[in-house]
Amino acid sequence: MDSARRLGPAQIGVLAQLGVSTVLLGGIYALIAVGLTLIFGIMRVVNFAHGEFLMLGMYLAFWAFSAYAVDPYVVLFVSIPIFFGVGLVTYALVMRGVIHASHNVQIFTTVGLSTALQNVALVLWTGDFRIVRPWHSSVVIRFADTAFNLSQVVAFLIAVALTVALFAFMKWTHTGRVMRATAQDGDAATLMGIDTDRVYRLTFAIGIAAVGAAGVLVAPLYAVYPTAGLQFVLLAYVVVVLGGLGDMVGAMLGSLIVAAVEVIGSYLFGVAWKEVLYFVLFIAVLAFRPAGLFGQRGAETLGA
Amino acid sequence: MLRLEAVDAYYGDLQALAGVGFEVHEGEIVALVGANAAGKSTTLRVISGLVAPRRGRVLFGDEDLTAVAAHARVARGIVQVPEGRRLFPFMTVAENLLLGAHTPGARGERAASLERVWALFPVLADRRAQLAGSLSGGEQQMCAIGRALMARPRVLMLDEPTLGLAPVLVAKIFETVRAINAAGVTVLLVEQNVRQALTLAHRACVLESGRLVLEGRASELLGDERLRRAYLGM
Repeated sequence: MDSARRLGPAQIGVLAQLGVSTVLLGGIYALIAVGLTLIFGIMRVVNFAHGEFLMLGMYLAFWAFSAYAVDPYVVLFVSIPIFFGVGLVTYALVMRGVIHASHNVQIFTTVGLSTALQNVALVLWTGDFRIVRPWHSSVVIRFADTAFNLSQVVAFLIAVALTVALFAFMKWTHTGRVMRATAQDGDAATLMGIDTDRVYRLTFAIGIAAVGAAGVLVAPLYAVYPTAGLQFVLLAYVVVVLGGLGDMVGAMLGSLIVAAVEVIGSYLFGVAWKEVLYFVLFIAVLAFRPAGLFGQRGAETLGA
Repeated sequence: MLRLEAVDAYYGDLQALAGVGFEVHEGEIVALVGANAAGKSTTLRVISGLVAPRRGRVLFGDEDLTAVAAHARVARGIVQVPEGRRLFPFMTVAENLLLGAHTPGARGERAASLERVWALFPVLADRRAQLAGSLSGGEQQMCAIGRALMARPRVLMLDEPTLGLAPVLVAKIFETVRAINAAGVTVLLVEQNVRQALTLAHRACVLESGRLVLEGRASELLGDERLRRAYLGM
């Protein structure tokens, strides 16, 4: 790596590699963040247990792979309905009671859910680091001066496809319009005959299905353990604040920025610094652009 | 068709309605008038289900609506245009209108309803791709009425539809309400333009501090001494 710091063809190769890594990572971060921002945008609830659903997705991929040798990309198709169901059940048992409560109550509830899920995972599956190694995680693709492994590329492509599909669903289907309308004015939505409780339930289930899918996708790339969700969810908060709370396009752009900070920062200063770097970014955004880099002030109350 | 029976409603400890009861017959325009904070909007919110009455009940036809959720009342044909339009500001005019046709019955007739709204308010057709938040006040009110019509109402409730509008637009809104009623929709109208409301309506109810103090044919109320003094300044 050091030799690459000198000017010359090697330097260009490094830039290309950093660029590709940023994009690949950003796509996956987008899928994690988009569920979080969807749930916040429509329900006005910050889901602090978001990372734990990611962790559950990773365990699903791990157990399917180690017990039945099922490839994570096959598991993905099953995981989406499973996590949609998990979202429905969690909404009915936990979220429904606090949806109209104060933010404090909601924060305690989702933080409590997060802790509970981590400990359930610890009790059921121990704290061991588990590794999912399907064949594609060791296939290296070389293109021009860059190298990346196949799992990363497939995870990126699927994550982008799911994110775009979700975006299109919100933008162009009647149900998507109903969800946005509920975010913009819940009472007016009720007066149109919209059952807002049903909208919240559906929103939560979609958000959890998205993050569950992300968990399955990242399982071949990262170690699986009970608190594995934390490292991702911290950066998902940064992404969501960068993009503007509730803004889905902002979340996609925010993902790329966070991925760039992580990739470039790790290259220049070392991997250990990456969290420091994006929290510096996070604090800077909160201080100077509290509505997000792209959002207008107050957009978080309107669900634009 | 729509009947309130001795309705008491509260916001916290504050009583907004006390023993309010009246009836709206099919095909009528009934005006609900009174000073600010007399309980007019609350009455509409009780009927649409956004506020639950503490005592009394609301009947639609023979059905007691007490146990019917607010969103389900829309499917019955009770549709409210809320005070201040309450459009979805970051959605286009067309999206707002399509959202009006949410109930299964209304969705089936969505295309026909949309044509009817374009015919009623041609300006909305011109602005269909524009964000609702960027419309003028009059256009927003037309959009809000159009959105409610998309739900195929049997009873249309309008809460201060002319508030803040220029006189020419006020006339246009009143004319539209008359046309909607002529097409067979029962109308319950809350208005601060008392004189014009009474000219338009068949019957009227006067609320004062949460109580119904006068009820009768609009033409007779227009000549009522007390009402003239209190609301028409004559």
